[in-house]
Amino acid sequence: MVSESKHNLTHLDQLESEAIFIMREVAAQFEKPVLLFSGGKDSICLVKLAQKAFWPAKIPFPLMHIDTGHNFPEAIEYRDWLVKEVGANLIVRYVQDSIDKGTATEEKGPNPSRNTLQTVTLLESIEEFKFDACFGGARRDEEKARAKERFFSHRDEFGQWDPKNQRPELWNLFNGKKQKGENFRVFPISNWTEMDVWQYIYKENIPLPTIYFTHRRDVVFRDNMWLANSPHITLMKGEEIQNKIVRFRTVGDMTCTGAVESTASTLEDIIQEVASARVTERGSRADDRRSEAAMEDRKKQGYF
Amino acid sequence: MEIQEKEQPIDNAAYLNMDLLRFTTAGSVDDGKSTLIGRLLYDTKSIFEDQMEAIEEASTKKGKGYVDLSLLTDGLRAEREQGITIDVAYRYFATPKRKFIIADTPGHIQYTRNMVTGASTANLAIILVDARHGVIEQTCRHSFIASLLQIKHLVVCVNKMDLVSFSEEVFQKIKTDFENFSATLNIPDIQYIPISALLGDNVVEHSANTPWYKGASLLYTLENVHIANDRNHEDARFPVQYVIRPQTEDFHDYRGYAGTVESGIFKPGDDIVALPSGFKSKIKTIDFNGKHLDIVHPPKSVTFTIEDNIDISRGDMIVKENNQPQVSQDVELMVCWLSDKKLTLNGKYAIKHTTREARCVIKEIKYKVNINTLEEIKDNFEIGLNDIARIVIRTTTPLFFDSYSKNRATGSLIIVDEGTNVTVGAGMII
Repeated sequence: MVSESKHNLTHLDQLESEAIFIMREVAAQFEKPVLLFSGGKDSICLVKLAQKAFWPAKIPFPLMHIDTGHNFPEAIEYRDWLVKEVGANLIVRYVQDSIDKGTATEEKGPNPSRNTLQTVTLLESIEEFKFDACFGGARRDEEKARAKERFFSHRDEFGQWDPKNQRPELWNLFNGKKQKGENFRVFPISNWTEMDVWQYIYKENIPLPTIYFTHRRDVVFRDNMWLANSPHITLMKGEEIQNKIVRFRTVGDMTCTGAVESTASTLEDIIQEVASARVTERGSRADDRRSEAAMEDRKKQGYF
Repeated sequence: MEIQEKEQPIDNAAYLNMDLLRFTTAGSVDDGKSTLIGRLLYDTKSIFEDQMEAIEEASTKKGKGYVDLSLLTDGLRAEREQGITIDVAYRYFATPKRKFIIADTPGHIQYTRNMVTGASTANLAIILVDARHGVIEQTCRHSFIASLLQIKHLVVCVNKMDLVSFSEEVFQKIKTDFENFSATLNIPDIQYIPISALLGDNVVEHSANTPWYKGASLLYTLENVHIANDRNHEDARFPVQYVIRPQTEDFHDYRGYAGTVESGIFKPGDDIVALPSGFKSKIKTIDFNGKHLDIVHPPKSVTFTIEDNIDISRGDMIVKENNQPQVSQDVELMVCWLSDKKLTLNGKYAIKHTTREARCVIKEIKYKVNINTLEEIKDNFEIGLNDIARIVIRTTTPLFFDSYSKNRATGSLIIVDEGTNVTVGAGMII
């Protein structure tokens, strides 16, 4: 007889199995899935889960990165290393191309964000490749609007999300049926928290971009956070560049991802830091701070 | 309200060893459900400073004299404006013992479908009763849905005890009323806790205001309720989700059947049958991420290879030779209707059952349930949004199923409108 305790998988094993189930379901139900890869820890976990889901076969869909041109160079370096490592296909599409074509317009101001412009390029790319399902690394614990997101999130032909008209999702029966031109965003790690992601990275010993770990960097204090100095940022009156020992809790654009002062140099250090954190990880993202309903608005328009 | 520091560093080994409890919360409007969830999140230190600042600000804006914890869980703008919850939202918190996933479902009459959704994956349901109002129609409705969805554990929280002077008499009366009502329901474990979500009584700590209450606090109950035996470990069921064929040099002849063990246990060497073909074989290996496992339990996602080269594809099911599910095209089920568009007798729909897709025709409506009195209605067969009915369907291809009461995974199905592709019905096979 197997002992009773062995009957129950740990919570992380259950979350992993759930995510793998979702990925296989997408591979089976859709014709052209793609994994949206940002270089952040959540999408890195997705790649790991995809490897496990289809082993010993290679990941049966490409990775796509929407490059704002404002990325941390370390994130790009990591991305290129990872796709080689796992033998995945990588597609890169550039926000700059959308701006040049005139389909997206650059924001004005001292730190113009290309965050919202990503949506334009993303929707253009979905149309270009006729992708019918896009995996994203979003989690429901990240933000209020995301708490109501489904695993399979239906988008109309304009890429829009209608939060009041979502398909009910029961048991593990996922309905991916759609009309022509419509597509789905699929979030395999919906039920994971920030801590779950870190513990999984720790348990699986997954390499990460270096900016997650402590390093020295030139930063400027703005909107209550440390922003990395970069060619994309214009100093305002009274601001000065300082050199600090920092790390990043999320990987987004250099223009809107705040650094935290930290000496955490290992995954164990980071986990302890996350455990004692008093601000949510998205609290260090200027894009979410713009208004209380910022994320909801962006999602409706087709944001990740 | 002061922000609580999270002082204790986390124990990684313990974290990696926690189990998972999924629960749903139901109550009618103003029963204090959002406040209770806010309280659980707050008291387990799951609320961050920036979230706290945001709700402090929002509380002040609304002219409230206290920090309104219920604002933590109001997600969408429309809800914040109207002060109601309109869709299932998921919340997360953890204690050193367990990780919790809350399906926060609204209590409005028109949103029964959301409670069904939230309950479909839950191990436990919290039913909130306002101490001033006692057991009302919606309490019965929510409890019935919990029993219909085969939730094994129910915690009845009698809330707002502070508004009835923590009266034992009030609590006992509600408990008795609920016991009388729930005797007809099939819920094996029901517990009753007097609480004040607003003030925190009996939520985390046992309250000095209820010396007459000898039971455990809500959080203690959630941490300790025994769920290991709730899963079906008897009937081995493995719906095939995806066939893995790498066709690489190293794995030239590899053919793996990917899926999730929905119930029961599998081991290499087990005698298996593939449905619907009926071909017999043995499990050769159970693969996961480059390793061969010697046993696998639900709900683990793995890949099987088998001894013989037989034809198995998505939608098929691998089971053990000596324990097979029912196989039939005629299926009787309880259905909860999820759509404004009414169910059509003799209408055709698509269905999804395990990894199998089929079409069906609605052959018969046996009765509709009055979900307040649990009476069978046999003179009105109009099945609309939020209605629950017993129906018979005939499917285009045989389903391999168990009764829902025996096996949630192989006893559940969804009904999909073929015109709009929307999920319109949730079915539980009898």
